This record gives sequence, C-alpha cells and structure tokens, in this order.
Amino acid sequence: MIEIKNLTKSFGKNLIWEDVSFKIEDGETLAVIGKSGCGKSVLLKHLNALLYPDSGEVIIDGHCVFDLNYSELRLMRQRFGILFQGGALFDSINTFENIAFPLRYFTKDTEDEIKKKVNEALEMVNLEEAGSKATSELSGGMRKRVGLARAIILKPDYLLYDEPTSGLDPQTSEEINELIVSMADSFDLTSIVITHDMHSVLSIAEKVAFLDSQKLSWFGSIDEMKKSEHPPLVDFTTASEYKIKA
Amino acid sequence: MEALKQLGQYALLLYQALRSVTEFSTYRENLFNEFVKIGYQSIPIIMLVGVFTGAVLTLQTAYQLDTDLYPAYIVGSIVSQSVIIELAAVISGLVLAGKVGARISTELGTMRVSEQIDALESMGFNSVAFLVLPRIFAGILMFPVLYIIASTLGIIGGVVAGAADGILPAAEFMKGGRSFFFPEDVVFGILKSFVFGFVITSISCFKGYFAFGGAEGVGNATTQATVLSCIYILLADFVLAAILL
Repeated sequence: MIEIKNLTKSFGKNLIWEDVSFKIEDGETLAVIGKSGCGKSVLLKHLNALLYPDSGEVIIDGHCVFDLNYSELRLMRQRFGILFQGGALFDSINTFENIAFPLRYFTKDTEDEIKKKVNEALEMVNLEEAGSKATSELSGGMRKRVGLARAIILKPDYLLYDEPTSGLDPQTSEEINELIVSMADSFDLTSIVITHDMHSVLSIAEKVAFLDSQKLSWFGSIDEMKKSEHPPLVDFTTASEYKIKA
Repeated sequence: MEALKQLGQYALLLYQALRSVTEFSTYRENLFNEFVKIGYQSIPIIMLVGVFTGAVLTLQTAYQLDTDLYPAYIVGSIVSQSVIIELAAVISGLVLAGKVGARISTELGTMRVSEQIDALESMGFNSVAFLVLPRIFAGILMFPVLYIIASTLGIIGGVVAGAADGILPAAEFMKGGRSFFFPEDVVFGILKSFVFGFVITSISCFKGYFAFGGAEGVGNATTQATVLSCIYILLADFVLAAILL
C-alpha cells in the first residue's frame, strides 16, 4: 500500500499543491487527473523520491520514502517501474539493450536468460521485431511500449505511468490502455497513471485522484466519479469529448 | 545568492561522486568509453594545437630577439620552457574546454531534459556514479597524457619551424632547450593539466547534470560549461603559478 500524507510542494515561491493525502491499496489502479501544469507529474516523482516535498510523507510498507538513506532508497526504487512521458529510452543503445539494461546491472542472469526475458517483454508489448532497432527509429507509440517493457522487466510491485497516451493516435492510445490493464492483471501490479485522457481513465482506473486549485480536489472510485457533482471535477470530465455524464 | 546555491549544488555533486568511488562495477564500462572519447579522440586536435603553438612561438620569439645581444639558441630555451610550463597545458585546456566540456554538458543535459537521468535513478541506479564519476576520472587521467603529447609536439613544431624558416638550426634549438630544461617544469605542467582536467569535466558534468528547460536549457548549460571552464582554467593557471613557481 502507498499512503500519501499531507504532501506539500513548491518550486521557489510557486506553490504546486498543498496538503495532498490519499491511499492506494495493493493491486489497485489509480488515475491522477487534472489540468496541464497542475503538478501531476511532480506528484508522481514524489512516490519514489525522485523529488522531495516541502513537507509531508509518502509511506510504503510502513516506511516514509523520504527518510530512507540513499542505499535503502535505491533498493526501494527497484520495486517501482516507471513509464516516462517520452519513454526516456537511453539513446546510445538499441531497443534490446534498453530493456536488458536493468537486468545486466541488477541481476546475475546469464546472456541467454537476459535474451529470453527481453524477448518475452518485447512480445508482451507487441514489438517482437523491434529489438535491433535504434531508439531514434521508433515511433512515439513504440517508444512508450519499449519504455513499458523496460519498466516491467524487473517485475516491480508498483508501476507508474506518466501520460502514457499523450501524443498518440486513438488506436495506439487504446493499445496502450489495453497493455496497462493486461500488465496490472498479469503481474498483480499496483498502478498509478498520470493522465488527462478521460477515455483512458475510464478504461483502466479503479480510483481517481483529481488535482485542482493547488490541492487534491476530489478522490474516489470510478463509479463515484461518474455520479459526482463536484463542480471542478464535472467541468474537467465533461470538457472531454467522452462526456461521461451523458 | 544564486551563485552560492550553485556552489553548494556543485559541492554536493562532487561529494556524491567521491562517495561513489567504490562502486567500480557501476562506472567501469563508462570509464573506458570516456578514456577513448576524452583521451584517444582528442589526440588529433591536441597534436595540431601542439605543433602550431610551438611553430608560431618559435617564429615570433626569433623575430622579437632578432639582435646580436643574445645567442640564437636562446630561442629554443624560451620556446621549450614556454611550451612546457604554460602553453601546452593552457592552450590544450582551452581547446578541450570546447571539445570535451561541450560534449559532456550536452550529453548529460540532453539526458536530463529527456528524463533519462530520472529513468536511471528510478531503476535504483546511482546516476552520479554511472555518468559523472567516469567522466571526471577520465578527464583527470587523460589530460596529463594529452599535455605530454602537446608539449612534445610543441617542441617538435618549434624545431621544424625554426629549421624550415632558416632562423635556427635544429641542433641550436635543442641546445637551447636542454640548457634550461628542468624536470620540475614538466611536473608543474602535468599538475596543471591534472587540475584543468578536473575543472573542465567537473564543471561540464555539473552544468549538464542540472540542466533544465528543453533544448534551450541544454544550449545554455553547454555555453555556461564552456565559458566557466575557460574562466576557471585561467584562474587556476594563475593560482598554481603564484603558489608553485
């Protein structure tokens, strides 16, 4: 379980959000939604202490991640997989090596075992033939799928997605949504998805956290969201072409 | 205030790099790659810099001392000592601030703004040990080697230019060079290049590692890394000369 307690973050004098608190149970998929620039990605980067807050706690299995020393933090981070917005693939190595990268450094797998695991991961994201491609040859959707394969290669407990469908056509977005659901089911993952794509939210999430006006404006299940009359949430969700109220 | 903050960030980065020295398996592969990029791939430009520095200095010194007051071989002494004590290290340093420093800050800056460094950290990697430490180590170890190449080629350039222009026979040049050759001058030059290697790579790593703001941010980081490296090379040169000469 991940518990976020009274998290406040600002950059200089610019307050991003304050007093954000919620819990994510094991195996759940949570979507964090909100307008562009409301600090969704910033929130995501606090979960494994890539960023530190002004105050507040992120508690994972009873330990606040911000209190861990660097060695403990690195071990804790290995329990997370992250799919970054642009994939964050290492451009000096090819697709296969990108996915193999964590295995080479964090496991004692032989070359054959690495090859088998990478090929399985590539198959899972429907990119069996892309292993030898340079990352510069990959399309936006392919980059995200390779990023996803790399994120799951060490079989993490938590998978974080930063705008997984942004910049993709509807068909590729749908494929990514299906992958997110299938990853969560296959590996019994706890997933946190940053997005403002309401279609994606409805396809993948069980719970929703809505950031607005520099605070956690609303938190609840998908069914509760559909029934909610919380004005900022209604404004946000109905602004989408998928008017979920309709 | 901003300068103090930057200084603190720089010190923390170096501290983290120092603390990661024992993680050899993390940076081993990158260290050898950087030996090649910083050392081996800089040899052609360093050879060019060395030869032309020595050659031009010989012609200019001969022109300035074109009088019967000094024996001809004194040109060889001046050129050799200038190259060994000052020019091979400083001019190589300034050239490498552009070649090596710009590459390092651009590479790390691009990795930062495209979230590749975040990706490394999020996997539980020590990104400083992986990216910063091997570049600084390679700079410290390769710059003295490049200095020795530049010095040697500088003297050879001087000998050839003097002989080719008919100003000074090679034997006279070498006689002058040997008359005022002190091994401690070479040690001083090596020490300088060692310091310059550290200055260029650490500043460039710092600027790249903390770059922000997309392509423009990477451009700014690279410009700052190159300019600051040049400034601190000149400052370090003065301080070392004041202390050690």
